[in-house]
Amino acid sequence: MQKLSKIEEIAQGVLAGDRRSIARAITIIENDAPEAKRLIAKIYPHTGKAHIIGLTGPGGSGKSTLIEKIVREYRRRDKTVGVVAVDPTSPFTGGAFLGDRIRMQELSTDEGVFIRSMATRNYPGGIAKATRDAVKILDAAGKDIVIVETVGAGQSEVEIIKVAETIVVIHAPGLGDDIQAIKAGLMEIADIFVVNKADRENAEKAVTDIQAMLQLNTKEKAWKPPVLKTIALTGEGVPQLIEKLEQHRTFLKKEKAEERSLLRAETELVEAIKEKAVNSIIEELKREGKFEEALQKIAARKIDPNSVAEELLHSKFKKAK
Amino acid sequence: MQSKRKIRVLIAKPGLDSHDRGAKVVARALRDAGMEVIYTGLRQTPEQIVETALQEDVDVIGLSILSGAHKALFPRIMELLKEKGLTDVMVFAGGIIPDEDVPEMKKLGIKEIFGPGTPTEKIIQFVLENAPKRA
Repeated sequence: MQKLSKIEEIAQGVLAGDRRSIARAITIIENDAPEAKRLIAKIYPHTGKAHIIGLTGPGGSGKSTLIEKIVREYRRRDKTVGVVAVDPTSPFTGGAFLGDRIRMQELSTDEGVFIRSMATRNYPGGIAKATRDAVKILDAAGKDIVIVETVGAGQSEVEIIKVAETIVVIHAPGLGDDIQAIKAGLMEIADIFVVNKADRENAEKAVTDIQAMLQLNTKEKAWKPPVLKTIALTGEGVPQLIEKLEQHRTFLKKEKAEERSLLRAETELVEAIKEKAVNSIIEELKREGKFEEALQKIAARKIDPNSVAEELLHSKFKKAK
Repeated sequence: MQSKRKIRVLIAKPGLDSHDRGAKVVARALRDAGMEVIYTGLRQTPEQIVETALQEDVDVIGLSILSGAHKALFPRIMELLKEKGLTDVMVFAGGIIPDEDVPEMKKLGIKEIFGPGTPTEKIIQFVLENAPKRA
């Protein structure tokens, strides 16, 4: 047999579901190593089978604990599960403390579960830059379900919609009133609402607040986000949540599945083109010495950044023609 | 293209003691030194620790133990690491480990043992210098 390159070996390992290969593959992607793009190219045709679920909500609402119970319920139904749990990177030191796993440690020795902690590395929006590709790795590795836990999200961290098919927004009583519930952002992306810690005082009020907010929707939607109650610590309400997740998946398959996946494809393509184009233009300008020159002028307040950018791009594209 | 590598460290507490102050102080110090630190929480079995190290693809494992069970648990952890092919992971330990046990622990492949009162700078320095340089 021909000797395989390191990347091919890892890609084949991923497709065979080998845990070490999955772990290495995610590291390669996270570090944005030169081989990362080749790796994704190899596994991409094998993706698209898993149900990708995003779980988001404020810190302390019980995301990690709830995920542990969700995973257990899926395992009871003989499904394999991958989890990507994202925690913030310190913008000051670049370090991170990844603690989501603590609530899921009992699952770590289950062969049908793969959990990976991930730091945002200062990517905005509640996930990491590598999250989307890490999901692809787990999908290609044959996981039936892939769950992404965002960082504790407040209001506008909605980057998760670019990654997940079904979004669960989790709340807990006492974290905010009905005014919080009508704010834009997080509340708009939910396919399913969960009020966790439902044994606490004011749980009913939290449910009503969200329902009232949903009734203000003026547009008629084919999928009406349900509002569920759970107690993550005991697992109460989790089987009902799984039922809703399954229903949403069926709904997606019937309705707009193609539309949604084209939309995701568009986002990814536009981002990839932007990244490549911007990098190559900047590199060229640097080679020509124009970048440094422009920086000096801007710093000396001779000209503003926008005008310089316009000038530089103008001359570049005229030349190309 | 420049690779954005970060040192990933697993801080794990094997055994049954619940004294996690030391583990948390070290985790915090390594975080503040720019590393990505995964913490397992209390009462982990050797199997859980090694499987976590594998899934998280860490470069370094720090074991914290104060129960006195290191002579039973550390050999098992080192054996499992070998079994799973995680031979390039650097392991260090801290907590209450009597001086006379240190040579035995080091023979297992544990690179260093830090007792109570060790300045965190010393541990940071040690991890930075000894974390494996992997591709």
